[in-house]
Amino acid sequence: MQRIGVFVCHCGSNIAATVDVKKVVEMAAREPSVVHAEDYPYMCSEAGQAKIAQAVAEKGLTGIVVCSCSPRMHEATFRKAAERAGINPFMVEIANIREHCSWIHKNIEEGTEKAIILARAAIAKVNLNAPLFPGESRVTKRALVIGGGIAGIQSALDIADAGYEVDIVEKTPSIGGRMAQLDKTFPTLDCSACILTPKMVEAAAHEKIRIYTYSEVEKISGFVGDFTVDIRKKARSIDATKCTGCGVCQEKCHSKKSLSEFNRGLGTRSAIYTPFAQAIPNVPVIDREACIKFKTGKCGVCAKVCAAGAIDYEQKDEIITEKYGAIVVATGFDTIKLDKYDEYAYNQSKDVITSLELERVMNAAGPTKGHLERLSDGKHPEHIVFVQCVGSRCSDERGKPYCSKICCMYTAKHAMLIRDKYPDVKVTVFYIDVRTPGKNFDEFYRRAVEEYGVNYIKGQVGKVAPQPDGSLLVQASDLLDNKQIKLKADMVVLATAIEPDPSVRPLATMLTASIDTNNFLTEAHPKLRPVESPTAGIFLSGVCQGPKDIPETVAQAGAAAVKAIGLLAKDKLTTNPCTAKADELLCNGCSTCANVCPYGAISYETKLINDHGIREDRRVAVVNNALCQGCGACTVACPSGAMDLQGFSNRQIIAEVDAICR
Amino acid sequence: MSNVSKTERQAAMIREISGANPAKCMKCGKCSATCPAFDEMDIKPHQFVSYVQDGNIEALAASKSLWKCLSCFACIERCPRNVKPAKLIDAARQIVEREKGGDYLSPDEIPALLDPELPQQLLVSAFRRYRR
Repeated sequence: MQRIGVFVCHCGSNIAATVDVKKVVEMAAREPSVVHAEDYPYMCSEAGQAKIAQAVAEKGLTGIVVCSCSPRMHEATFRKAAERAGINPFMVEIANIREHCSWIHKNIEEGTEKAIILARAAIAKVNLNAPLFPGESRVTKRALVIGGGIAGIQSALDIADAGYEVDIVEKTPSIGGRMAQLDKTFPTLDCSACILTPKMVEAAAHEKIRIYTYSEVEKISGFVGDFTVDIRKKARSIDATKCTGCGVCQEKCHSKKSLSEFNRGLGTRSAIYTPFAQAIPNVPVIDREACIKFKTGKCGVCAKVCAAGAIDYEQKDEIITEKYGAIVVATGFDTIKLDKYDEYAYNQSKDVITSLELERVMNAAGPTKGHLERLSDGKHPEHIVFVQCVGSRCSDERGKPYCSKICCMYTAKHAMLIRDKYPDVKVTVFYIDVRTPGKNFDEFYRRAVEEYGVNYIKGQVGKVAPQPDGSLLVQASDLLDNKQIKLKADMVVLATAIEPDPSVRPLATMLTASIDTNNFLTEAHPKLRPVESPTAGIFLSGVCQGPKDIPETVAQAGAAAVKAIGLLAKDKLTTNPCTAKADELLCNGCSTCANVCPYGAISYETKLINDHGIREDRRVAVVNNALCQGCGACTVACPSGAMDLQGFSNRQIIAEVDAICR
Repeated sequence: MSNVSKTERQAAMIREISGANPAKCMKCGKCSATCPAFDEMDIKPHQFVSYVQDGNIEALAASKSLWKCLSCFACIERCPRNVKPAKLIDAARQIVEREKGGDYLSPDEIPALLDPELPQQLLVSAFRRYRR
């Protein structure tokens, strides 16, 4: 027989305004096994916790029910308090009378009635609770960073600087990511490559960092502290140990018509290529779909000209299997496809480009060598129109419902850079709102208007129509003037919405990490745990979690690294003791539980079973406690009721239901 | 008093007939940027939204914009927030016509009722609305 203490929290007025806490105390005191009941304004306070300790000492409690907020908030607090008072922490149950009760009810009588029922259910459960003891699991002291952009590089550097091994997996042939494609960065206008490449070099040279480029994560198993990951290292067709990076193969390659991914398809590259001059590693890859040797068997000029003999047409994909304690996801973003936005004539005119394409046009290493020119005819533009919110803030199926966050600032940057370098070019920006919350951001935007003479017009563009003379007719609203205006432009730049890189979806499935309706990875708590996935051991870095600019990305990358380091610094992890357990006498060895287990935690053994005097060999389920995550799928699937979840046994749950229905 | 309730009733009716929610509007002006009849209108497409929101139905009903809208539905097609300005306009048109006489029209009666004075927009818009 338990001796249970019930503690009812007022949570200031959060609970007490809608629940008669005195009445809850009075009713709880009448429940079987309850030997102590009291209320207190703030149970989570030190004084509140002291009341628990005092009651344990005076009344010899064996179980505790705290009627308070959600267990997600304070279960750990009260379990620790119980442990300090000498009670097994798993003898504590929380009745959630705030989120599940006071916050959703207005009527005090109804609220009180429900709070009493919730308290009753928790008491019924504690009556059947048994002490549980957590086990331990080991921590592999190596981190995996998925994605080699600025987010991944920063997370890797921070983890490596703390002394832990890190592997970066990057799917393209070089690290650097989107930041490598940018020309200048706001609000300081420093050259993107100039501040990024030192970090790339640092990562490549770091003794604790291994970089797998042209590689993808193929399989992930295990759990926090002990993940096993298969990485597919795609065949580069180059022996990286021999290649000197001289670049002769790229010069001599006969297949030069492939669209350059790095230049967003605005320029071409050879079939054997490094994406950009500062690529790391400076080892090319052969695009086998474009390579004449792979397509026809003839050619092979790269092998002939390679002095180092590094070309290897026979190279095969390689699977590397490695263990990791923590995984940082830094998969970044892409711009959305504009196929559904015919009104902007993106697919009709070469002079309508996205802002990311403009970055390449403005860049000295880009398709126009940094000259601002129309891509259709190479002419110098006289008037450039920028359109904000293309696909952002859209509640229809064409776009994204969120604000992409970076567009207002990069558009101000582009407008300013163009006016600075080409004062003869007229620049008009159509905006819905200008959003510049950030240090020195609004000042930056105002400089574009006041010092650089950029013409900002409040209103959207309704359509862009290519004209026979090659110009673009832009029809737009000027809402402050209540006019519809028609402008002649030479180029139109679309501030296209960003979305998580499509690779994140299958990756999230492999990681069992949750994503939202927009494919952004979900954080464990939107305010208090913003860089952790709800799946233990998975950390979020950069735009894969939500739109953000470079400073925010770097800050978040550091935060994700700190969380990973905090995990790697531990030698052992405490495992959750609420795992499944099979009753060998009831188990008939049907394998149903093993089939539904998402963690591969159930196996079978043939054991000598003594079933009430009948001794026989039987095939029975055995749960690996280190792998079991306590999801309970097996307990539902088991046809003979042999599987039970410790801490949430079938008997306990039925007792709770009975208490509610009483 | 009756005037207030009439306005409220009409605003509610416009929301119901159009199936549009003016509160979703983020005032981007894309409807007015798109509209081919913009110059002809006294109340502009983006203003229709706030007129309905403010319950300013009398002014809306008296507006010549009702009969200048071409029912091309470009604003519906391109509105990023699914506010459907043309449907609001269409609903206002219907209210005006309904106030004039009977609420319903049977298809068999149309030939006999054909009125050369009837604004073409009303017919075009009705056909497009019921084209399925």
